[in-house]
Amino acid sequence: MKEFNIVGNKNIFLFISGALVLAAVVAIFLFGFQLAVDFRGGTLWQFEIQPASATSTIPTLGDVQKFFAENLKISDAVVSSDLAAKTFLVRLPVVEEPDHQKYVSIFKSAFPGFSELSFQSIGPSVGKDLRTKSIWAIVLVLVGISLYIAFAFRKVSRPISSWKYGLITLVTLLHDVVIPAGFLAFLGYSQGVEIDGNFVVALLVIMGFSVHDTIVVFDRIRENLFISKDKSNFSHIVNQSINQTISRSVNTSLTLILVLIALYFVGPQTLSYFVLTLLIGVTLGVYSSIFVASPALLLINKKPKGRA
Amino acid sequence: MRRNPRLILGIITLVTIAAAFFVWPGSPLGKWHPWRLGLDLVGGSHLVYKVDLSQVTEGDRTSVLNGLRNVIETRVNLFGVSEPQVFIAESGNETQLIVELAGISNISDAIKLIGETPFLDFRVSEGNGTSTTFSPTNLNGRYITRAQLSFAQTTQSPEVSISFNDEGAKIFEKLTEANVGKPVGIFLDGNLISAPTVQTKISGGQAVITGRFTLTEARELVERFNAGALPAAITLINQQTVSPSLGADSMRKAIFGGIAGTLIVILFMLFYYRFFGIFAALALVAYIVLTLAVFKLIPITLTLAGLAGFILTIGMAVDANILIFERTKEELKRGLSKVAAIEEGFRRAWPSVRDSNMSTIITALILYYFTSSFIRGFALTLLLGVLVSMFSAITVTRTLMRVFIKNK
Repeated sequence: MKEFNIVGNKNIFLFISGALVLAAVVAIFLFGFQLAVDFRGGTLWQFEIQPASATSTIPTLGDVQKFFAENLKISDAVVSSDLAAKTFLVRLPVVEEPDHQKYVSIFKSAFPGFSELSFQSIGPSVGKDLRTKSIWAIVLVLVGISLYIAFAFRKVSRPISSWKYGLITLVTLLHDVVIPAGFLAFLGYSQGVEIDGNFVVALLVIMGFSVHDTIVVFDRIRENLFISKDKSNFSHIVNQSINQTISRSVNTSLTLILVLIALYFVGPQTLSYFVLTLLIGVTLGVYSSIFVASPALLLINKKPKGRA
Repeated sequence: MRRNPRLILGIITLVTIAAAFFVWPGSPLGKWHPWRLGLDLVGGSHLVYKVDLSQVTEGDRTSVLNGLRNVIETRVNLFGVSEPQVFIAESGNETQLIVELAGISNISDAIKLIGETPFLDFRVSEGNGTSTTFSPTNLNGRYITRAQLSFAQTTQSPEVSISFNDEGAKIFEKLTEANVGKPVGIFLDGNLISAPTVQTKISGGQAVITGRFTLTEARELVERFNAGALPAAITLINQQTVSPSLGADSMRKAIFGGIAGTLIVILFMLFYYRFFGIFAALALVAYIVLTLAVFKLIPITLTLAGLAGFILTIGMAVDANILIFERTKEELKRGLSKVAAIEEGFRRAWPSVRDSNMSTIITALILYYFTSSFIRGFALTLLLGVLVSMFSAITVTRTLMRVFIKNK
C-alpha cells in the first residue's frame, strides 16, 4: 500500500486548521452567541392554529405578530412559524403563569383552532446557573480527557514525554469544538439560530468522541515505538502509524456520522441543530486526528532537540 | 472463558431473547414492568419552584422540606394525575421543589391548584411611632393542624380560626407574650391580611384571622388551609409544558431515526467487512436489545435527550468491532492463521478500545454531575450505552467468532 506523506506536508494541514480556528474565533468574538431561553431566561411558546372551518384561512406570521402587539400588548414577541405544519414559535420575556393563562384564553377566543404544543418559561437565575455550569463542564471535560491521555501513555516517555500527548489532545479537542462553535455563532448572526443546553452537550460529546481517533493513532505510535529498533526516526514512525490506522480512524467516525445523518433527516426537528453541531464536530475530529494531532506531536518534539 | 464458547454463546442468546421480550411493550413480559417515559415524550409539565428557606433554621430544613413535599403531593394527587413526581433538588445555593406531571393535557389547572396552596406567616411589628414595619418570625402555616370558619360575635362578619399543633402553640404563646400591646401582622402569600393588636398572652394554640373577608373568601381559605398550608413560601421560576401530541411526534421521529441509523450502520459493516460484518451486525442487535433492557430494568426515565444519547451510542458501539477487525486483517496479512489472527486482533485492539471508551465515560460522568434533569438523561444513557457496548462488541463478537470461525 502506498504511504501518504502526511507528516511531510504537515505545514499545509496545520495552516488549514489554523485558518479555520482563527475564522471561528473571529466569528465568536464578532457575532457572539444568540442565547436560547434556557441560558438567558425567558419564555418559549409553541402553538398551532388549525383553520376553524374548511373555508377559513390560518393566520400568517404577520397576523400573529400583530396580534401579540395589539391584543396582548406585547411588542417584543419574536414570532417564527412553520406554516405547513400550522405551528408558531414565539419567544417572549419571562411570562408569569396567570398571564400565560390569560394569553391562552385570548388566543382561543380569537382563533378557535388554537392549541398549545409546548410552553417553557425559565427564570433568569436558572439561566445564569446553567451558563456557569456549562462552562465548568466544558473545562473539566477538556482537562479530564487530556489528563487521562497523559496517564494512559505514561509508559511511553521516549522520544516524547507522555504529558505532551495530553497537551496535544487538549489542542485537538479545542480545535474540534471551537470550529463548530464559530459556525453556530455565524448561524446565530445570519439566521438567528440560538444555542441552548443541547449545544453544550453536543460540544462535550464531540470532545469525548473525537479523541477516540486520536487515541487510535497515538496507540499505534506507542506500539510502533516499542517494536521499532530505530527510535531516532520518530517522524517516520508517526507517518507510518497514521497510514496504518487511517481506515479505522475514518470508519469509526463514519458509523457515527451515518447515524447522525439519519437522525438529521428523519429525527425530531427540535434536535436538528444539536445533530448538525455534532456532525461538524465529529467530521472535524477525523481530520484533526489524522492531520493535526500527530503532526503536532512532531512539532512539539522538534523544539528541545533542534531537528527530528 | 476459552473453554466452551458454545455454552457462552447459548447463554448470551437466551439472555438477549429474554431481554427482547422484556423490552417489547406488547409482550406479556414487557407489560409486567412498563417503560418510564419522560415528559417531553408523553406530554406533561415540568415545574420548578424556588423554596424560600430564609426563615428556616438549619436543623429544621429537612422537616420543612419533607412537609412541603407532602403538602404539594397531596394537592397534586387531588388532581388525579397518574404517578406525579414531587421532589426537592438543590441547585447551587438554591433549594428547589420540582413537580412533574405526566400525560395530562390540561396542565394549567394543576399549576393553579399548586399555586393556591396558601402560605401563611405571622410577623411582629417594629413600630417607631409614625410608621410600622413588620419583621418575619418563624411562626407559619406549617404548624397549623386545622382551620375552621367562624363568625365574629359582635359584627357577625366571617373569620377564620386556626389551631396550631403543640410546637406552634408554644411559639405563638411566646410571640404574643413578647408583643403585648403591639400589633402582630398576619400575612397570606406575602400580603398583610390583618394586624390585630395583642391584648394578652395567648396559650392553647388558637388564633383567629379577622380580615375583611366575604363569606366565600373565608370558606375558600378554610378549605385551602385544611388541604395543607405550606411550611415555606414557593415561587414558580421555571416551567416546561409539552403537549401529548408533540411528545408522541418527537418519540416517533426519534425511533424512526434510530432504526434508520441502525440499518445504515449494519449495511456499512456488511459492505466494508463482508463476512466479519455479520458478527458486528449481530453484536449490534444484541447491544440495542440489552441496553434497552438495562434502561427499563433500572429504570431510567427515557427522555428525548436520553433517546438521542442512546441513538448516538449505536453509531459508537461498532467502533470496537472496527478496531478489532482492522487489526485482525493486519494479522492475517502477516500470515497468521484465521483463528490466531482473530485472537491477536482482539488482544491488540484492546488498549485503544479501553482508552477511547474511558474518554467517553469521563465525558458522561462530568455531564451527569454538572447538569440538571433533561441533560442528565442524555449523560446516563450515554454512560450505560458505552458500558454495554464494551460487552457486546468484545465478549459477544468474540464468542460468535470463536464458535463460527474455524481454521480450514
